[in-house]
Amino acid sequence: MSDISTEKYVEEAKRGIANTVLQKALVGLQDRFGRGTAEAYRRLPEGPDLRLKAHEIREKAIAHLDVLLEILAAKIRASGGYVYFAETAQAAVDYCLAVARRNNVRLVVKGKSMVSEEIGLNPALEAAGIEVVETDLGEYIIQLAGETPSHIIAPAIHKNRQDIADLFVQKLGIRRTTDPPALTQAARKALREKFLAADMGTSGVNMACAETGHITTVSNEGNIRMATTMPRVHVALMGMERIVARLDEYEIILRLLCRGAAAQTMGTYASYIGGPRRPGESDGPDEFHLVVIDNGRRRILADPQFREMLCCIRCAACLNVCPVYGKIGGHSYGFAYSGPVGAVVTPLLTGINRAKDLCCGETLCGACKDACSMNIDLPRMLLALREKLAYGDADWQVEPASRAEGLAYRGWSWLIRNRRIYELGLKLAAAGQQLLPQKKGMLRRLPPPVQGWTQSRDLHPLAEETFMERWRRTRKG
Amino acid sequence: MGTQKITLFIQCLVDTVWPHVAEAMVRVLEDLGLTLDCPTDQTCCGQPAFNSGFQREARVAARRFIEIFENAGTIVSPSGSCVHMVRHHYAELFKDEPQWRERAERIAARTYELTEFLVDVLKVEEVGASYPGRVTYHDSCHLLRGIRVKEQPRRLLRRVKGLDLVEMKNSDYCCGFGGAFAVKYPDISAAMVNDKVDHIVNSGADTVVGCDTGCLLNIAGAVSRRGLSIKTMHIAEVLAQRL
Repeated sequence: MSDISTEKYVEEAKRGIANTVLQKALVGLQDRFGRGTAEAYRRLPEGPDLRLKAHEIREKAIAHLDVLLEILAAKIRASGGYVYFAETAQAAVDYCLAVARRNNVRLVVKGKSMVSEEIGLNPALEAAGIEVVETDLGEYIIQLAGETPSHIIAPAIHKNRQDIADLFVQKLGIRRTTDPPALTQAARKALREKFLAADMGTSGVNMACAETGHITTVSNEGNIRMATTMPRVHVALMGMERIVARLDEYEIILRLLCRGAAAQTMGTYASYIGGPRRPGESDGPDEFHLVVIDNGRRRILADPQFREMLCCIRCAACLNVCPVYGKIGGHSYGFAYSGPVGAVVTPLLTGINRAKDLCCGETLCGACKDACSMNIDLPRMLLALREKLAYGDADWQVEPASRAEGLAYRGWSWLIRNRRIYELGLKLAAAGQQLLPQKKGMLRRLPPPVQGWTQSRDLHPLAEETFMERWRRTRKG
Repeated sequence: MGTQKITLFIQCLVDTVWPHVAEAMVRVLEDLGLTLDCPTDQTCCGQPAFNSGFQREARVAARRFIEIFENAGTIVSPSGSCVHMVRHHYAELFKDEPQWRERAERIAARTYELTEFLVDVLKVEEVGASYPGRVTYHDSCHLLRGIRVKEQPRRLLRRVKGLDLVEMKNSDYCCGFGGAFAVKYPDISAAMVNDKVDHIVNSGADTVVGCDTGCLLNIAGAVSRRGLSIKTMHIAEVLAQRL
C-alpha cells in the first residue's frame, strides 16, 4: 500500500488554501471541466439520463462480479495472457516484481494508473533496482518533482508552467522556456528514448468487458498505447470492480468516462487489449499479464451500504465540481484518491477512524452526485460513514470518533423534545451571548467548542423573542 | 385558495435567530388570502444530527415532527434544506420502520418550500412586492440539488418592482455553511464563503438573496467580518416589501 496521510487533512487543506498557484489552477480546472462535463452530458443523444442507465449497468456488473471476472480471465488466458487475482496490495506488487525479475527487467514505462498509486508499485519496483518512468505528461512532471498526483486525471494540476519550466531545466537540462508546446516536446523527446529502451510496460485498466475478454485503456497523449505495445512485457493492473458484462454496455460506460473525465466525446486513444501479440502480428508484447486487485474491495462489496461505491470508474468528474476540493486540492486527502470519490473510498480502503476528516470534511452539497458519470450517491455514503463514526461499528472496526459530540447530540435530542425546556435553553444562551464581544449587533467571538465559526466570520445573535413565542403572544387567545 | 389553511414549518434558525424571516413569510402568505396555522411546539426537523451521522437522535426529532404535523394540511417552510430533510431523508431514517416511514411519506407529500409553493402550487409569481435594488441570487445546495428548485425564486424576484436581478459567478456553488462543517473545518469553510462573497461583490449587486437561512447567516457573517455593505436577505423579506 502506498503512504497514507489522511490524518493530515485539516493541516494539508490549510496549506492548499494558502497556495496561490494551486488556487488559480483549481479555479481554471473547475471553470473548464466542471461546467464542460455538465454540457457534455447535455449534448449526449440520450441526454444526462444516460448516467442512470450506466448506474444500472454497473450495479448489475457488481452483483455478478465473480462470474464476470471468471469469464474475463478465461478469455484472456485462452488468448495466451496471464491473469492473477491479488488479494492485497502487497500480493499485487509481489506479482509485478516476480514478472519483472523473470524477464530481467531493468526499465519500466508506465501508463497512468491510479490503482498503481494505491498499491505503491513505483517505490517497490525502484527498491528492487528497477527504473520506473511515468509516461503520462502530468505524471512525468510530478515524478520528476518527487511528488504525488493531486488529481485523478490531471495529476500535476497544482503546478503552473513556471514550475514545470524550472523543473525541466533542472532535471532534463533544457534551456528555460515556459512555452507549453516546447515543454511538451522536451518531455516527449526524453520519454521516446525510454519507450524504446523499456523492457516492461505497466498500465491501468479503464474498463474490462467480460463478453469480449478485453480491457481498455484511454489516453489523450498516446503514451499508454506506446507503454503497452513497445516493451516485451505488459502488466495491466485493475481494481476488481472495473468490468461490465457486454460490449453494448461497455460502450455506454466508455462514452460517459470520456465526458466525465475531460468533457470529451471520446479520448484520443482507446486501446482494446485481450492478450499478448499473436503470431504474425507486428505490434504488442510477448507477455501480457492482468493483475486483478482486491485490496479491500471485497469488503466494500459485502456491505450493501457501500457497494454502490464499486460502480465508480474514477473519471474524476466529482473533483471538478466539488467546492471543497476546489479550495483544498488533492494532496489534502492523503491517499491516491482525492475529492468526493476519495472522501468515500479512501476511508473504506484504509480505515474509517483514520480518515474521519475525509468523511466529515464536506458540506453534503450534492454537486458530486449530479456530476458523477455513474450517478453514484456519494453524499449518502458520506452520511453512512459519519453514522459509523458517530456510534462506532464492529464490522468496520470503527470507534466512536468523539464522545463529547455524542453527548452533545444526546443533549440536543433531549432539548428539542420539549418546547418549554427548549425555550428555557434558548433564554440561557441569549443571556450568555450578552457576555460575548459584539460589534454592530454581530457576535465577534464565540467560545469553545464553537469558536471555529467566528474564526473568520461574525454571527448574528439569537433573537430576543423566537417566532413561536411571538406567534403565541400575538395570535392566540 | 382563499380558504386553504397553510401550516407553517419554521426552520429552527429562522425561529431562533432570524424570526423576521418567518414574519415576512406570514405577510406574503396572508396577503395572498391564505389562512395560516402554526404549531408552536415545533422545534427542529432533526437535520443537524442527521448530517453529523447521529441518526438515532435525528429519528427522535423526526418522530416528534411527524406527530406535530400529522394532522396539518399543506405545510410550507422558508427553508429548502428542511424540506429536503422531510421529503427525502425521513424515508431513509425510517427504512426499517415501515409504519413510521409511511407516516413520514404522507407528510412529505404535502410539505413545500416557500418559493415552490408560491410558483408551482399557487401558480403565483407576482406578489405585489417592491424592492429597489440590484439583487443577486444564491442557490442553496439542498434547495437546488435536493428538491430541484432553481427557477422559482428567480421568477418571483423578476416580478418584484424596481428589482434588478443579476447572476453572480458560481451561484450554484456551496457557500461553505454545511452546518457543523462551518465550525469543525473553519479554514475550508472560510475559504468557501469568502469566494462566495467575492462573487457577490463582483456581480455588482447591493443585495444577496437566498432561500435558506443557514447559508444566509454564513454569508452575512462573512460580509460583516469583511466590513462590506452588502445586504443579505431571505427571499421572504424581499417578497414582503411594499412601497
